Amino acid sequence: MAVLQFREALRDAIDEEMNRDENVFIMGEEVAEYNGAYKVTEGLLDKYGFKRVIDTPISELGFAGIGVGAAMKGLRPIVEFMTFNFAVLAADQIINHASKIRYMLGGQASVPIVFRGPNASAGQLGATHSVAYDSMYAHFPGLSVIYPSEPDDAKGLLKSAIRNNDTVIFMESEQMYGLKGEVSEEEDYIIPIGKAKVKREGDDVTIVATGKMYHIAKQAAQQLEKDGVEAEIIDPRTIKPFDLETVIKSIKKTHRCVIVDEAHPFGGLASEVGFLIQREAFDYLDAPVLRVCLPDVCAPFSKPLFDLWLPDAKRIIEAVNAVMYR
Amino acid sequence: MAKKKQEAVFTPIGLNKNNNGKVDKSVELPPATKKKHKELGLSDDDVIEMFDQMFLQRRFEERAMQMYQKGKFGGFLHLYIGQEAISTGTVFALDDDDDIITAYRDHGWGLVRGITAKEGMAELFGKAAGCSKGKGGSMHFAKTENHFWGGYGIVGGHIPIAGGLAFANKYNGNGQISTCFFGDGAVDQGALHETLNMSQLWKLPCVYVVENNGYSMGTAANRHTVGEIHERAKGYGMKSALFNGMDAFTVYENMKAIADDVRENSIPYFVEIRTYRYRGHSMSDPQKYRTKEELEHYHKTDPIERIKNYLLDEKIAKQKDLDAIMDRIEEEVLEAVKFADETPFPEPEELYEDMFAGTPFIHDSK
Repeated sequence: MAVLQFREALRDAIDEEMNRDENVFIMGEEVAEYNGAYKVTEGLLDKYGFKRVIDTPISELGFAGIGVGAAMKGLRPIVEFMTFNFAVLAADQIINHASKIRYMLGGQASVPIVFRGPNASAGQLGATHSVAYDSMYAHFPGLSVIYPSEPDDAKGLLKSAIRNNDTVIFMESEQMYGLKGEVSEEEDYIIPIGKAKVKREGDDVTIVATGKMYHIAKQAAQQLEKDGVEAEIIDPRTIKPFDLETVIKSIKKTHRCVIVDEAHPFGGLASEVGFLIQREAFDYLDAPVLRVCLPDVCAPFSKPLFDLWLPDAKRIIEAVNAVMYR
Repeated sequence: MAKKKQEAVFTPIGLNKNNNGKVDKSVELPPATKKKHKELGLSDDDVIEMFDQMFLQRRFEERAMQMYQKGKFGGFLHLYIGQEAISTGTVFALDDDDDIITAYRDHGWGLVRGITAKEGMAELFGKAAGCSKGKGGSMHFAKTENHFWGGYGIVGGHIPIAGGLAFANKYNGNGQISTCFFGDGAVDQGALHETLNMSQLWKLPCVYVVENNGYSMGTAANRHTVGEIHERAKGYGMKSALFNGMDAFTVYENMKAIADDVRENSIPYFVEIRTYRYRGHSMSDPQKYRTKEELEHYHKTDPIERIKNYLLDEKIAKQKDLDAIMDRIEEEVLEAVKFADETPFPEPEELYEDMFAGTPFIHDSK
């Protein structure tokens, strides 16, 4: 195992896939000469040159669409957004085109493209730089949505995403790029899309959390352990397809579940997974499923308000205590 | 005395303004080419073939309109009638492996790029034998094996995609060029600006063509956009052209020269082709935004009548030859209607097919 930063794991995945397949290229704002806004693409321009590492203007709609067209003609674009908050400008290309072209043309074309970049909040950045979009993209048929939490997941899943024959939304976090973790040194390390991972075993409660939320769930579990509560943490890693089976299996053991979701409450991951759990494991539940998510309010700037807004370990502990009737 | 306050006006006023009975045309057609077909490098057979293809598009759509009115199929139906010289002249000017992508007024483009009348009509009827397996309908004709990448329903949405097709051609160095067609309504979308800027900056081999038919749905061009459309190219330092789209020869001549330049120099072009849509925006359009006189004026410039007269005047074909072609096409279209009516709808399980090229996943499908 090598210890890598999250950004290094991503870079290794991109590097390996670019090395493996001439059709893979990367474009986005500042990816080439600036070496990446968050240094994910550092060194790739030197290695692969201007044809395959391409700086774009600040035209999310335009370059996302150029990516879609290039993918239809057989290339495998990796389109980097400086944040998914900016990708909203490209939503027509992702939602109306990338996800629908194959179906509406009766299978005559495919769109093997990866849209990647940081998702959700990253500190006090105000209302327009703080939204989690994973559930929104997961709403649309045809899109795979990946939001990994650790460098190892990031590497194996990004390689899968680049090789995937359909459109993948791959989400990261500004706050996790420097996070270090052990990454498999297995040659051509691939993690299949759509497989959750039990990251902590426990018998008392199931906590479902991915991306940045996994790390606060981990903190909560460490606190709970001191109180004699053993939480099982499941990191779905992939929002869609969602590995419900792994979650249900865990609930059949723990009988209690808390879902941590970085999105607003209406129609998010927590509401969808919560619904599926009550339908599939109703008889196994000893308490209603609870969720810890953002309030139905924009991200505030002010530090105390922001801290109140973002889910934290304390709120997860409270939710666990509630489902355990402690 | 207080000055009388004038009511604010935003959008320029259309038919409601008093123009003393003058026909206020929404587009001014530039003159057609004076060159004969041989000077353009077209053979007698080419010209006959052009007529053949244009007539097929016309009759296909006239029959489609009838079938729509008879309730044979639903959805939208945007007719290309009047604009056939553009699709036909362009396809003759391009190589067969050059890309074409267009908006939702796409039947003509599909037919000239190899969708058969049967495949097209079956698609309109929502049948499994349709060119897009009944999944797309009128707005999403496609034949990607012939480099016709489809019709798209979001105004301006396919413009960046055209840039992407051209990007792939440049990336692969395959000598192919891409062409993108859209209506005058699409020039007001931001997607066009972003794509033109990047195309010029990146030297993408793509021709962006406005088929200016005078109306963005029911809004005349002078009511939805400023200045001369083709002049926008200047803002990007891009080469541009403006020409008559009611004459297949003019379209052929210009598109051929443009395609050669684009292919040789890997550059984009912004082209305005002036044309006229004889029918409404879609079948539900009462067309109250234009006068009968205007419509009659443009009927005199019908591109099919024009090429038919050329064939007769130049003694390339006799009336009986043309009659034979028209009869054959009439028969072909009627057969297509019969086929579309009789061929089966997609099976229920086909609802779930064609979503994925890779491993399929349908959330909560049980």
